[in-house]
Amino acid sequence: MTVNADSTQRRKLATKPFAKADRIFFGVARAAAYSSFVIIALILIFLIGRAIPAFQTQGIIDFAFGSTWDASASPQKFQLGPMLWGSVLISLIGVVIAIPLSISIAYFIEFMAPKVLAKAVTTIVDLLAAIPSIVLGLWGAFVFSPIAAGWAKMLNQSFGWIPIFDNPEQNFLRSPFIAGIVVAVMIVPIIASITREIFSKMDRDIINAALALGGNRESTLRKVILPTASGGIVGGILLGLGRALGETVAVLYVLNISFDINWGQVLQARGGSVASMIISKFGEANPSEISALMAAGLVLFMFTLVINSIASYIVAKAQPWRK
Amino acid sequence: MSSRTYQLSAENVNVWFGERHVLKDVNLAFPSNQVTALIGPSGCGKSTFIRTLNRMHELIPSAGFGGKVLLDGEDIYGDGVDPVKVRLKVGMVFQKPNPFPTMTIQENVLSGLKLSGRKNPNNEELVETSLRRASIWNEVKDRLNDPALSLSGGQQQRLCIARSLAMGPDVLLMDEPCSALDPGSTRRVEETILELAPQMTIVIVTHNMQQAQRVADQTAFFLSEDGNPGHVVEFGATEQVFEQPVDPRTNDYVNGHFG
Repeated sequence: MTVNADSTQRRKLATKPFAKADRIFFGVARAAAYSSFVIIALILIFLIGRAIPAFQTQGIIDFAFGSTWDASASPQKFQLGPMLWGSVLISLIGVVIAIPLSISIAYFIEFMAPKVLAKAVTTIVDLLAAIPSIVLGLWGAFVFSPIAAGWAKMLNQSFGWIPIFDNPEQNFLRSPFIAGIVVAVMIVPIIASITREIFSKMDRDIINAALALGGNRESTLRKVILPTASGGIVGGILLGLGRALGETVAVLYVLNISFDINWGQVLQARGGSVASMIISKFGEANPSEISALMAAGLVLFMFTLVINSIASYIVAKAQPWRK
Repeated sequence: MSSRTYQLSAENVNVWFGERHVLKDVNLAFPSNQVTALIGPSGCGKSTFIRTLNRMHELIPSAGFGGKVLLDGEDIYGDGVDPVKVRLKVGMVFQKPNPFPTMTIQENVLSGLKLSGRKNPNNEELVETSLRRASIWNEVKDRLNDPALSLSGGQQQRLCIARSLAMGPDVLLMDEPCSALDPGSTRRVEETILELAPQMTIVIVTHNMQQAQRVADQTAFFLSEDGNPGHVVEFGATEQVFEQPVDPRTNDYVNGHFG
């Protein structure tokens, strides 16, 4: 028998499906996976195409960071600054309120509640995520705003000497504070369910060790559970932040959108939100303003994309001790 | 030997999980400054029993308890006894090495102080004495600020022992501390146990007959037969339990006939 020269060569192993059912399944799965790339690319191309005129007339930097929006001026001025900062401000308020709430919910479900109750709370928190944002917006406008305005007034009376709680006009409705709380309601389920997931995957032995060393529940949470889970929790927070930045209708209903930039007087009745501004102006916009609104959408899209990429990176990499 | 003092003792300890009775009428006294081994086949309740000695048992939902555990003459299950205080006196080392992953070697040794809110005047000294007592000081003294997970499994386990010792417990409970370790690391941990024995009361759960014979002054044999709750079949000096057991079941078990 002659030795085949090829026998020592590395062969490519076939991983292709043979059965017909497998081939169909592979095809569908592959198409579904690739379609997400295609859809993102198409959206980007569309947005960029429509946004270019606005970028050309306004200049990218002025567009993103300037602070005048006037379609009737000549030349027209479209500058997004107050909205972009407003989105960030509202999201930050939302996240600051949502973090302690979400961690407490997750801790309760995972470490305190009996099984039946834990299941019930999990379901209810997940249901919270399923409330359409228009419903939350209407609830926010007609039910919650008057109540929150009362809280805002108390904050102002007690802590008005701190600049961020200053409000000389004494109008407490439609403020970033209220919009922030409404956004918090929307992102609590996201952060809580990711935190719960991380808690449930934690090595129970580490928690037991902390208790065996004389830790109580509070110190065990603070010194051991949170540091160990921090990577995942931060990822969840950033995912929530992404949702908060893009929130449109609910914010529109509870916020007075104003291009008079509000740097941080959270109780005052003026604020900004890119997404809400787009929807509020879209109906009556002329072609050049529509281009500017598309450009605003593009800026928000990029911003959210960056936040989400950071989120997935942190979730994946920030826990080096995980094997 | 007649003037033995018993720092820790269990009186009529019964344990349930939900409706299931898993331990029945366990009476054991652990002599001060000696090592007591708990042996028995899997599922006999020895790991459950050791957890009743520092009130870790009650952390499992549905866990039930009856009887008394006396520590320095006081029932640790008595009214108004704070389980956290009990655990400060009765340290525990677990089956799998479980140093805190986010902390350095030094932070792990001091973690009990942080967790319990206790203050210690000289942390550096405490780190060194604790690591020395766990016989790991020479291996880690130049890298105290390295992550605890950079240590080998055996070193991690001795770090966990040091972490418990730093709290100055009177009793150390060890739940199969070597079952996840290789023979070399096992030997080092056993040496550590023998060095600690004159200073504190040690209770160790083990599956390893030779280990019980090497480290323990006393041995208790647990057995759970035919779905009945686990109970102590034989308890006495280690030599006697292994060489001249009274109960034939003990004889079968220590000679490897079952389990």
